[in-house]
Amino acid sequence: MPKETRTRYIIFFALLILLVVAGLNWGAIQEWMALKGVVLRQAAVTGILVGSVLSLVAMGLTLIFGVLDIINFAHGALMTVGMYITFVLFDRYGVDPYLSILITVPALFGIGLVVQRLIIHPARNAPAHNQLLLTLGLAILIENFLLIIFTGTPRSIRLDYGRGLTAVGPLTIDFPIRLAGTTITMNKLAAFVFAMVLAVVLFYILQRTDLGKAIRATAQDKEGASLVGINVDRINLITFGLGTACVGAAASLVLPFLFVDPFAGNTFNITAFVIVVLGGMGSIPGALLGGLIVGLTQEMAVVFLPSSTKLLGVFIVFVLVLFFRPDGLFGSKS
Amino acid sequence: MTMLRRFPKDYFILAAVAAALALLPLVFPLSEFQVSVAVFTLYWALLGTAWNIMGGYAGQFSFGHAAYFGLGAYASTVLLINYDLSPWIGMLVGAGLAGVFGLVTGFLTFRYGLKGPYFTLATFAFAEMLRLVSTELEFINTSIGLHIPLTEGDSWSALQFNETPLFFYYAILILMVGGILVNILIANNKLGYYLQAIREDEDAAASLGVNLLRYKTTAVVISAALSALGGSFFVQFFRFIDPSLAFGVSISIEILLRPIVGGMGTIWGPFIGAVFLTPLGEATRSFVRTPPEFLNSIEGRSGVDEMLFGIILILVILYMPDGILGAVQRITQRIKKLS
Repeated sequence: MPKETRTRYIIFFALLILLVVAGLNWGAIQEWMALKGVVLRQAAVTGILVGSVLSLVAMGLTLIFGVLDIINFAHGALMTVGMYITFVLFDRYGVDPYLSILITVPALFGIGLVVQRLIIHPARNAPAHNQLLLTLGLAILIENFLLIIFTGTPRSIRLDYGRGLTAVGPLTIDFPIRLAGTTITMNKLAAFVFAMVLAVVLFYILQRTDLGKAIRATAQDKEGASLVGINVDRINLITFGLGTACVGAAASLVLPFLFVDPFAGNTFNITAFVIVVLGGMGSIPGALLGGLIVGLTQEMAVVFLPSSTKLLGVFIVFVLVLFFRPDGLFGSKS
Repeated sequence: MTMLRRFPKDYFILAAVAAALALLPLVFPLSEFQVSVAVFTLYWALLGTAWNIMGGYAGQFSFGHAAYFGLGAYASTVLLINYDLSPWIGMLVGAGLAGVFGLVTGFLTFRYGLKGPYFTLATFAFAEMLRLVSTELEFINTSIGLHIPLTEGDSWSALQFNETPLFFYYAILILMVGGILVNILIANNKLGYYLQAIREDEDAAASLGVNLLRYKTTAVVISAALSALGGSFFVQFFRFIDPSLAFGVSISIEILLRPIVGGMGTIWGPFIGAVFLTPLGEATRSFVRTPPEFLNSIEGRSGVDEMLFGIILILVILYMPDGILGAVQRITQRIKKLS
């Protein structure tokens, strides 16, 4: 029996046994669901909403990996930069965080261009671990620079709207929305909607524009792309900028419900690695779906695991995926 | 001739370096601050040497050495606090524990064929999982951490030197010389040749009959055990350990920083990296504590030394990819060509 088929049989029988066991204990499960039902539903809702932002971060990371072939350890640190830009804009000038996306995205795009040109590009032919170390050095540099400027004090912003009746375009919505026992806050819903819109925009750029075609061609085959007249160096540059622009947007979206300190982006960086491996390195749809799955996983982990931290569940999933599906859940095993 | 080949020159260099380091405080009396800088230098040299066996020789780039370090740190501390066991014994238990952890995780990762960036991310995940789990464990006092009980006077068996901190220097000197000795032994042994063959080209090595799984896992186990010794020593010196000190990312980064700056895959690279970076870091830290007047704004700010390390790391990778040792070798070769 081929290995692939055998694995499928094992999974099938495991599921069957699970179903039988579940059927035999149906009463107990119903009781448990009644007890935990609301918690589970809330975890699912929060997981999907926050997962969308994780998707956005991971899409940037996977784009950079797919085209430039580097594991970017500075992705999270760049996101922290975006968070501080959003914070300062709000704190000093009263700029709405959702409006400041219009500033953080171009700002991070520009920072990405500079970083790529000065640090990544000169090492384009270096071994993979050296490129990884470069981004690591960059992350250390950025984080500690922010630590010197802003100190380690966690900072947050508080919006003066989003509770009670709020006008959203032509509609008036009563926040937080209560749905089937769950609570949906304006902050998280807005993050979800904006993240999804931006994901669609990114997808459109990659699929429908000439630039996107050139990026995809470069990701598939560098030499082939340069043979048909694509300036690979320029595509590398722009792709890195686009990847960091993604964390710029994500940074503005999370600030209304998260604290920022100089190391706040680390968690996102780690989670994004997990998502990228889960979705298949270099796959944009994989990153989108993977983000939602990881978002769900980390919220569910809090319900099931006796751990005060969300990350443990994510790491368990990560190691399992690394072992059993290193090309991602949706990747082909080539 | 055969005698000389059996005794490569590295043994003589090691003997000379060990003698020089042992005599150093006798010739130049060190202040308390200088002793602690010297202790940290040798301690990072030990950890860098341990990392180098796995990351440098075998080419298995670890981003999670904090896992082994932390296991060593906690093993000796728990045994000392609960069973009053000498940290030297605890150190060996920790080394065994880290070795077993390295064996299990190494075997699993290599068995499932994780290579390159995937392997690196897996080592990182293991260290982070240990950190997250250890914040939940009651018997190591969760995230609050453990203190080494206070003692009085100097004791070699308890590895506590309250009156003569210089003894810490000699203790870590012994450990570091031991670590480098292990590294030299491996480098001049079949194992070392196999590991370098694996690093250069895994498929070619396998086709020549090198058992990849066995030798890569062996490298991880040795590297893990040596790192655990460093972990145990750290707690005895620092007197305190908590999950992020033991298993945090910053430990993993600091461990790999020195061999890379010094020159990885070489016997003396980690030591040279430690001698270069550690005093630099300590000097920066004390500079920030009392900066000159025009820089008053950075007084007491943390992060300056770390930021400097980030810049050095970037510059080294861009301009000296084989580290200080590689750059020195290239320059001496060029001079030889000229003359």
